[in-house]
Amino acid sequence: MSTLHSETCSQYLLLARRLKGPWILIPALMIWWLIYRILLPCAQWTTYTLFGLPQGSHLGASVEFFLYEVPKVLMLLVVVVFGVGIVRTFFTPERTRAILAGKRESVGNVLAALLGIVTPFCSCSAVPLFLGFVQSGVPLGVTFSFLIAAPMINEVAVVLLLGMFGWKITAIYIGAGLTVAITAGWLIGRMKMERYLEPWVIELLGKGRSEVLETRPTWQERMQAGMHAVHEIVGRVWLFVVIGIAIGAGIHGYVPTNSLAGWMGKENWWSVPLAALLGVPMYSNAAGIVPVIQALLGKGAALGTALAFMMSVIALSLPEMIILRRVLRPRLIALFIAVVAFGIICVGFLFNRIL
Amino acid sequence: MKIEILGTGCAKCKALFANVQKAVSEMGISAEIEKVEDYHQIANYGVMTTPALAVDGKVKLAGRVATPEEIKQMLR
Repeated sequence: MSTLHSETCSQYLLLARRLKGPWILIPALMIWWLIYRILLPCAQWTTYTLFGLPQGSHLGASVEFFLYEVPKVLMLLVVVVFGVGIVRTFFTPERTRAILAGKRESVGNVLAALLGIVTPFCSCSAVPLFLGFVQSGVPLGVTFSFLIAAPMINEVAVVLLLGMFGWKITAIYIGAGLTVAITAGWLIGRMKMERYLEPWVIELLGKGRSEVLETRPTWQERMQAGMHAVHEIVGRVWLFVVIGIAIGAGIHGYVPTNSLAGWMGKENWWSVPLAALLGVPMYSNAAGIVPVIQALLGKGAALGTALAFMMSVIALSLPEMIILRRVLRPRLIALFIAVVAFGIICVGFLFNRIL
Repeated sequence: MKIEILGTGCAKCKALFANVQKAVSEMGISAEIEKVEDYHQIANYGVMTTPALAVDGKVKLAGRVATPEEIKQMLR
């Protein structure tokens, strides 16, 4: 029996080795799917049978929410981050720059915002990336479209939105985020703000040394990049996920339904600018903020207000502004914040009105 | 040989620096290892993602931390 087992095992390994490329992931994905399907019954069983909490109690609702959402979101994150990690090996910043260099404004803004989603980006390399873009002749406004879209619409945000809200709100968020990035970048481009760059940056404009490390990774390397992305991104955000969901679970179980309809509801017009304003100094990633937003929505907060808050927290962060201060003069930073905040407020009003 | 680590002091840059030191000492070669933290200089290398690694002025790696083994390959 055991020899038979080891034989099938080695046959399987042989098959896995022969199947080059992404196909060897299929069995792993099937196991993943099976576990994913039983998460809800497991969370319910643990809450009500194992812990013996009464059905319909505040504590029971909170615990069930927490036990279901944490593994669900983490599992979704692992799969999507892995996939995006692979996709990103096709879109290096150098390649994105080559596409954007010499594009006309308008078209460039749209492309830049779209490429911002798929190009690897971390706020620690925001400055080298910014310099790399403007050096090689990517217009300033187009660069801004990229810089706004890249952190705002990323795989972590998309996973959390998909997992906790479903595809409709995810699509609305992506659409609204792209619109803000495209128009804000276009506006900044129109205003001819190049003179508000730091003087040494102005000297670099259009004088780029666009040496490209052109390598063609093998499938094995692409998958390694995926694993690496999981290790790095999930390793960085998992605590935010747990804390965010814990706060969400607390709100979910204990805050009475509709208690927030008053000051975070549709009728209250100033809640949108207030939400956008509150979001600027708050620094969290999507992982921490989405579960809280979801719980708030359930208690009567309006969607537009919630979206405005979320976008502002993610897109406008103080640490990133401090980093960008190295290349932009205060006037341009102020304009950047103002234009993006204005766009976010418009999005908030719009969705409070139409939904 | 001159090895430069381009990056502005983030955790990953430090990790790359440590790996380079390890690779160099294991290979037993003499090399000058230097951190480049100035944005202007980094931009002159055409590097857009940090940390990056340049050997004798030529960029060998950008945007990630390489293992000591990988670095050895690049130094050979």
